[in-house]
Amino acid sequence: MAASTQPVEKRKGILGGLAVVAVVIGLYWSLAVAPPDAYQGEVQRIMYLHLPSILTAYLSYFLVFVGSAMYLWKREKRDDLLAHAAAELGVLFTALTIIEGSIWGKPTWGVWWTWDARLTLTAILLLIYAGYLMLRSLIDDESRAASAAAILGIIGFLDIPLIHMSVYWWRTLHQPPSILRPDKTPWETVHPSLLTALAISFVGFILLYFYLLSLRYRVGEMRQEIKALRLERGA
Amino acid sequence: MELLKHTYLVLSKDLLLELRRRDSVLTMFFFGTLLLFVFHFSFDLPPDKVAEMAPALLWLAFLFTGTLGLAQLFQAERENHCLDALLLSPLDRGALFLAKTSFNLILMLLVELVVMPLFWILFNLSAWNLLPQLFLVTLLGTIGFCVLGTIMSALTLRARARELLLPLVLFPLMIPVILATIRCMESVLKNGEFGDAVSWLKLLLGFDVIFMTVGVLIFDWVIES
Repeated sequence: MAASTQPVEKRKGILGGLAVVAVVIGLYWSLAVAPPDAYQGEVQRIMYLHLPSILTAYLSYFLVFVGSAMYLWKREKRDDLLAHAAAELGVLFTALTIIEGSIWGKPTWGVWWTWDARLTLTAILLLIYAGYLMLRSLIDDESRAASAAAILGIIGFLDIPLIHMSVYWWRTLHQPPSILRPDKTPWETVHPSLLTALAISFVGFILLYFYLLSLRYRVGEMRQEIKALRLERGA
Repeated sequence: MELLKHTYLVLSKDLLLELRRRDSVLTMFFFGTLLLFVFHFSFDLPPDKVAEMAPALLWLAFLFTGTLGLAQLFQAERENHCLDALLLSPLDRGALFLAKTSFNLILMLLVELVVMPLFWILFNLSAWNLLPQLFLVTLLGTIGFCVLGTIMSALTLRARARELLLPLVLFPLMIPVILATIRCMESVLKNGEFGDAVSWLKLLLGFDVIFMTVGVLIFDWVIES
């Protein structure tokens, strides 16, 4: 047992190390190398955290969907553990995004919160996946909880495009995307060092995310092992 | 064909039960009316503001009464292990889903048919001629609510504190329906026609179709979870 998990643990350590290095370089680049924004000044630097956080959150919700669908199909515990771990991290990164957004919103828009489409969408995502975690914790039977959560994971993900559409039609005030614009390539609209900073930050966040995911997944596995041991001892 | 036959059988069972007891429909109706009173007291709207607020108030009332119905939806099956018996029978799960959805839909539509005119009377609205268009919006919205609501009601069936959990998981997912119905109704009340709101109607229709299909396909897993 111990021998077989060691290489995995080592690889995880390397992943964690890489994540820390990338995040530190990303922070250095976004705080020191990239120039301040022409209109917003220094505060705009929050973007280097804000954008990677929300993209990581979306990645996480996609993984919840994949894990859920796989679990319903194959009924393998590991897919459920993945979906659960990803949902928790998704909620974490969404909450982080909202907090960073508020800190950025106060000096630029003058308010902590506004009912703009993208903000509303993010808040709804937080509510959906908080509901997912609630549902899991309120069903005692473990395999039933896993199936129910898997179904919510799938439906929630299918609902995102509809929610997205409806809140966009409802209102939009958020600054239009400045990086991924349909009419121009990113290199024409923004300073290259800014893009580099963003790219490094993004890589750092992704590495960090997968490191946290592997840890959270391991916690789930260990819970299963403890439960199995308890059953074995007849406790 | 088999699917429709099974749907009809389960639905007629539920309707018969409801006809004998009238538990859900009466509670829902009184709760809906009660909400109209509460809204009227708490907002105390000037007459010219009523038409602006009407769609949102009306839909809040429908949402809350609908949730009340959903919480009761599988009550008959919970008693005496009837659910297990139902699942043991060679019944298509998709049919069970369609039957439960239609049952809740019928209850809600009955309540809405009374509550909406009542709203017009209590709030002194004059646009009686617009009621058919508003009913159409309400119908599409209620279908969406019942479709997703039935899935969620079955999903929370075995959870602790399930009545509390149900709205918690249902309402965030219902945002498209809530927004679409309210915007549609606002447009009708303001301009007398759908106009730009037709795209909202399409969104509602899309929502209904998507989750109806999803429901039929996955209800097997939903009910057995």
